[in-house]
Amino acid sequence: MTKSPEQLEHELKRRSKAAKLEIWGRVVSFTALIIIAAVVVAIIGFVASKGLATFTTNHVNLWSFLSGKDWNPSITDAHGKPEVGALSMIVGSFLITILSALVATPFAIGTAVFMNEISPGKGAKILQPVTELLVGIPSVVYGFIGLSVIVPFTRATFGGSGFGILSGTCVLFVMILPTVTSMSADALRAVPRYYREASLALGATQWQTIYKVVLRAATPGLMTAVVFGMARAFGEALAVQMVVGNAALMPHSLVDPAATLTSVLTTGIGNTVMGSLQNNALWSLALVLLVMSLVFNLIIRLIGRKGRLQ
Amino acid sequence: MTKRRWLQSLLLMILVALGIFAYQTRQVSHAGGSITAVGSTALQPLVEAAGEQYAGDHLGTFINVQGGGTGTGLSQIQEGAVQIGNSDLFAAEQKGIRAKGLVDHRVAVVGITPIVNRKTGITQLTTKQLVAVFTGKVTNWKQVGGKDVPIVLINRAQGSGTRATFEQFGLAGHRSKTAQEQDSSGMVRQIVETTPGAISYVAFSYVTKGVQAVALNHVAPTEANVINNRWKIWSYEHLYTKGQPTGLTKDFIKYVQSPAIQKTLVRLLGYLSPSQMHVERDVHGQITKIGGQHS
Repeated sequence: MTKSPEQLEHELKRRSKAAKLEIWGRVVSFTALIIIAAVVVAIIGFVASKGLATFTTNHVNLWSFLSGKDWNPSITDAHGKPEVGALSMIVGSFLITILSALVATPFAIGTAVFMNEISPGKGAKILQPVTELLVGIPSVVYGFIGLSVIVPFTRATFGGSGFGILSGTCVLFVMILPTVTSMSADALRAVPRYYREASLALGATQWQTIYKVVLRAATPGLMTAVVFGMARAFGEALAVQMVVGNAALMPHSLVDPAATLTSVLTTGIGNTVMGSLQNNALWSLALVLLVMSLVFNLIIRLIGRKGRLQ
Repeated sequence: MTKRRWLQSLLLMILVALGIFAYQTRQVSHAGGSITAVGSTALQPLVEAAGEQYAGDHLGTFINVQGGGTGTGLSQIQEGAVQIGNSDLFAAEQKGIRAKGLVDHRVAVVGITPIVNRKTGITQLTTKQLVAVFTGKVTNWKQVGGKDVPIVLINRAQGSGTRATFEQFGLAGHRSKTAQEQDSSGMVRQIVETTPGAISYVAFSYVTKGVQAVALNHVAPTEANVINNRWKIWSYEHLYTKGQPTGLTKDFIKYVQSPAIQKTLVRLLGYLSPSQMHVERDVHGQITKIGGQHS
C-alpha cells in the first residue's frame, strides 16, 4: 500500500510521541526551576525588606549596628538611640565557626584519607555508614547531648556555668564532621589514579604519595569541604543555642557565656512584636546571616574556579 | 502499561478522597466552632487544660492553643489573626502594641521568686542586695552573707514576661546586667540546680527541692504573702481579645474565669486566682485594696 505525498508529509511532520514527551519533560523541569527560584528570591526579598527596616524606618546607623557592643533593643542609650550593637554576636558566631572548623578539619581529612587511600575496602564499608548516620541525627539531639554531657564536663573542668564558646565548639565539631568528611572523601576520589601510580613508580612510599601528591592535588576540593562545614556551623541554631549560654557579651574567654546570631534569633523572636524595632533588629541579624551564607557560597565558587584553572 | 494506568487512577482516587475528607472535616469543625489562642508559654498549660475540659463539655467545639511567647500573642491579637492572645504582661507594657482596642481578661495570678543554687548558702536577701547582685555590683556570694562562690547570673530572654515582672518589682525597676539568657523556666531551674553560684528567677510552680527560693526583706515567697501583696513580685496572666469577645470566645473566657476552673485547675497548675487577691494592681503598678474572698 502506497501513501499519497500529503499523507506522508503529514506523518513525517507530525510530532512523534517521543517529541511530545520531550516537551512535557522540559515543561515540568522548567516549572520546578521557576518555582524554586521564585521561592529563593521571595525569601531574600522578605528578609532584606524586614532587615533593612531597622536602618530605614528606625534610623539606626548601619555602622553602629555592626560595631556596637551593647544589645538591648528595648532600651535607648544616652543619645536616645536604641542599643542595637550586633558585634558581640557576630564575633561569637565567627569564633565558634572558625574554631569548630579548625578542630574538625584534621579529623575529617584523616578519616577521608583512611577511607580512600589506606584501607579503601574496610574503611569505606565501616566509615561510610557511620558518617552518613552522623548526618542524619537531628540537631536538637546534638544539643541535648551537649547540654547533658559537654556542659557539665566543661563546668567541672573549667568552672563557671559550663555554657560558652568551648561547649558550642565541641557540639558543632561533631555536627560538621560528617559533612567535611564525606566531601573530603569525594575530593580525594576525584584525584586521577595515574597520579598515585606515577608517584609510586618513582619510588615514593604510600605516605609520601598521600602527603605530597594526593592531598596537594585535592587541595581545592578539601578547602571547599571545609568552607561547606563552616557554612553549616555558621547557620546552625538550635544545638548551639542550647549550649552557648546566650549572653550578648563580647567573648573574653572560651568558657564564658556568649551568643551567636542564630542563638539570639531563636530566643528572641517569640518575645517581640512584628513591626517593632526589637523585631526589626532581629530581622537585621537574620539579614547578616543570609549575607554571610552568600559570602560562604561565593568563596566555595571561587575555590572551585581556581581548582579548575590549575 | 496497564499497571501504571492502574497506579495513576489509584493515586487520583486517593487525592480526591483526601480532598473530600478535608472538606468534610472543615465543615464539621466550623459548625461546632473553633477558636485559637496564641502566646505566653507561662500561661499555655492553663489555657490548654481549660480548653480540653471545655471541648469535652461542649461537643463540637475546639480550643486550639499555641505557644510562641507573649510578644507573638499580643501582635497576633492586634492583627486580629487569632481570637485570644495570651500574655504575661499588660498590653500597654509591651513595646509596639497599641493597647487601645484590646480587652483584658485576667485569669490567673502568678508569683515569681528568685532562686539560687543550694551551695551558695543564701536563703534570704534584701532588695538592695538583690539589685547589687543582678547589676553586677557584687560578684561573690560572700559579699552578701553567703559562701565564697562567684555569682553566676541567669536571665530569661529579653521581652519575656517573667523577666519584665522580676525587673519591675524584684529589682525595683533596675535592669539586669547582660548575662546568659535562657528561653524557658524549666531550663533555668535545671541550670540553677546544677551550676554552683547560680541565681535566677522563676514562677512559684517551678520551685523544687533542688533549688533554694530566696526570701526578700524577711518575706517568704509564699502564696499567702502574694495574696496580701507582702510579696511584691507577682503578675497577672491575661487573655486579650480584640474588642469585646463574642460567641465561643466569650463563652470560653467566661468558663476560664468561672469558679469551677479558678478553684480547681488554676490552683492545680500552681497559679493563684485573681479572686483570691486582697489587692489589685493596675498597669502602672498602683496597688488598691479590695475585699478578696478567703478560701
